[in-house]
Amino acid sequence: MVENQVKIDQLLQVIKNTFGMSGLNLLFSWLPMVFAIFLTEIKAVRFRKFIQTVTTLPNFISWVLVYSLAFSMFSSEGIVNGMLRQLGMTDSPVLFLQNSDHVWLTMWLWTTWKALGWSAILYIAAIMGIDDSLYEAAHVDGATRMQVIRHVVLPSMLPTYFVLLMLQIASFLNNGLEQYFVFQNAFNKDSIQVLDLYVYNLAMGGGSYSVSVAISMLKSLISVVLLFSVNGLSKMLRGESIV
Amino acid sequence: MSDKMAEVVPNAVHQSRMDKKTSFKLSTTDKFISVVIYTLFSLFAFACVYPFYSIIINTISANDISARGDVVFFPKHIHFQNYVDVFKIPGLGTAAMVSLGRTVIGTSLTVGASAFLGFMFTQEDMWGRKFWYRFTIITMFFNAGIIPWYLTMRSLHLTNNFLAYVLPTIVAPFFIILVKTFVESTPKELQQAAGIDGAGIMTLFFKIILPISKPILATVAIFAAVDQWNSFQDTLLLVTESKLYSLQFILYNYINQASSLSTMVNLQNAGSTTMASLATKQTTTSIRMTVTIIVVAPILLIYPIFQRFFVKGIMIGAVKG
Repeated sequence: MVENQVKIDQLLQVIKNTFGMSGLNLLFSWLPMVFAIFLTEIKAVRFRKFIQTVTTLPNFISWVLVYSLAFSMFSSEGIVNGMLRQLGMTDSPVLFLQNSDHVWLTMWLWTTWKALGWSAILYIAAIMGIDDSLYEAAHVDGATRMQVIRHVVLPSMLPTYFVLLMLQIASFLNNGLEQYFVFQNAFNKDSIQVLDLYVYNLAMGGGSYSVSVAISMLKSLISVVLLFSVNGLSKMLRGESIV
Repeated sequence: MSDKMAEVVPNAVHQSRMDKKTSFKLSTTDKFISVVIYTLFSLFAFACVYPFYSIIINTISANDISARGDVVFFPKHIHFQNYVDVFKIPGLGTAAMVSLGRTVIGTSLTVGASAFLGFMFTQEDMWGRKFWYRFTIITMFFNAGIIPWYLTMRSLHLTNNFLAYVLPTIVAPFFIILVKTFVESTPKELQQAAGIDGAGIMTLFFKIILPISKPILATVAIFAAVDQWNSFQDTLLLVTESKLYSLQFILYNYINQASSLSTMVNLQNAGSTTMASLATKQTTTSIRMTVTIIVVAPILLIYPIFQRFFVKGIMIGAVKG
């Protein structure tokens, strides 16, 4: 495998995709925290409950169903194209799903759509656990809402955030298979293949079990190394560790 | 002030919070922030709900209109023929039985094992407790990947076997942690008292632990059931016989080849005396959307009932674990 230039290029592209998509997820890993902070800022209890209920729903459907929804919304005869046509904005349908230009971004968007509300639950739990006297003290000192968030809520959330961040870094190479499998097609194949999907395609499509196993094992090894590195780093910088 | 107090102690604290609110005046920035927060959250909530809503209204609209993507906010020419026709697709009934079966059997096994193992891991006199606990938990973080997993399953003869759906999920580390944390949070005296009265480990488990762990076990059951229902990867990797296909797998196939299916259903209907009109004639879109709704329906139905429940359950595990 190593002596084949085409395969090396392919593998490099796959690694680039993995890094790109995991990187995007890592870059925006603070979103659930911010989501939780602002959600708990909402004073209207019913509205807040409604938002929380509705935004956790997508977490409970499978990627196949997500793809089916995506297909119904964004395919050439889908609802979005129907809407655009009715508004007279396009003549020919926009091919959202066959587009290979923004695959990393759209995959990130789907992940976020599915998981954001659910990931926020953990942070909401953390916010519930904040000592009330801290709020009262901030109020006595005349803090505004943003100041309370910055000086009381945010510092209390950071430990939770760092633990989750470490776990996320450890699984940097494990994007999972399903999402990319269902969204892959002939047009976006080059930019959607992450390591997990590549390994699957290699083994199930080409029957190269040994290479696939080698890649998967290497991947796990790197994950372990990553986990212990970030753990050591966090012990050094913050004096806390998870393992 | 803090909203969370209002939830924990509804009456007294809520009252005082309301009083404070009247005595404070919101600054202009606060108001502006509120508007932004409400708008963003509303938009995101809309994005979460609309796809489901739009597919439902499309399945009950005239098929020739919905095939063009023209049903956007309200159903047009309502009919329910799609749901009748889709059940005529061969294989769908079997797949529904497989999905239902694996959900029921798999969930019961997972809940039973999680309850028992979670309970056992709290018993200090369990043989090799620390080792076995770590042994279980470590699988959550390290795994070799799907291909070694596939090869293992193959050598265990679990390919094309219904057991492949239910066996691997039995020991689920995350659920075991949830149960263990919960059992640890219950008073120890309860178990001690039963022990003094002569209860063995099994009596303790069935008579004491199971009844008081109901909330966490319900949470585990919901998660396990949703996982089973949604599972797609194991069918993809392990199953080639169509009688073992799950609904998710069938749906995935339909998305890719719905046009041939619509022809088939239309041919079947053409054989009967009533000719299908343009509005109820099956199209690629109508079949795909109707099957989607059938697959997503159980989730949409149980979700609102159990939502509050499992949010609480996961918080029990999250805060202390």
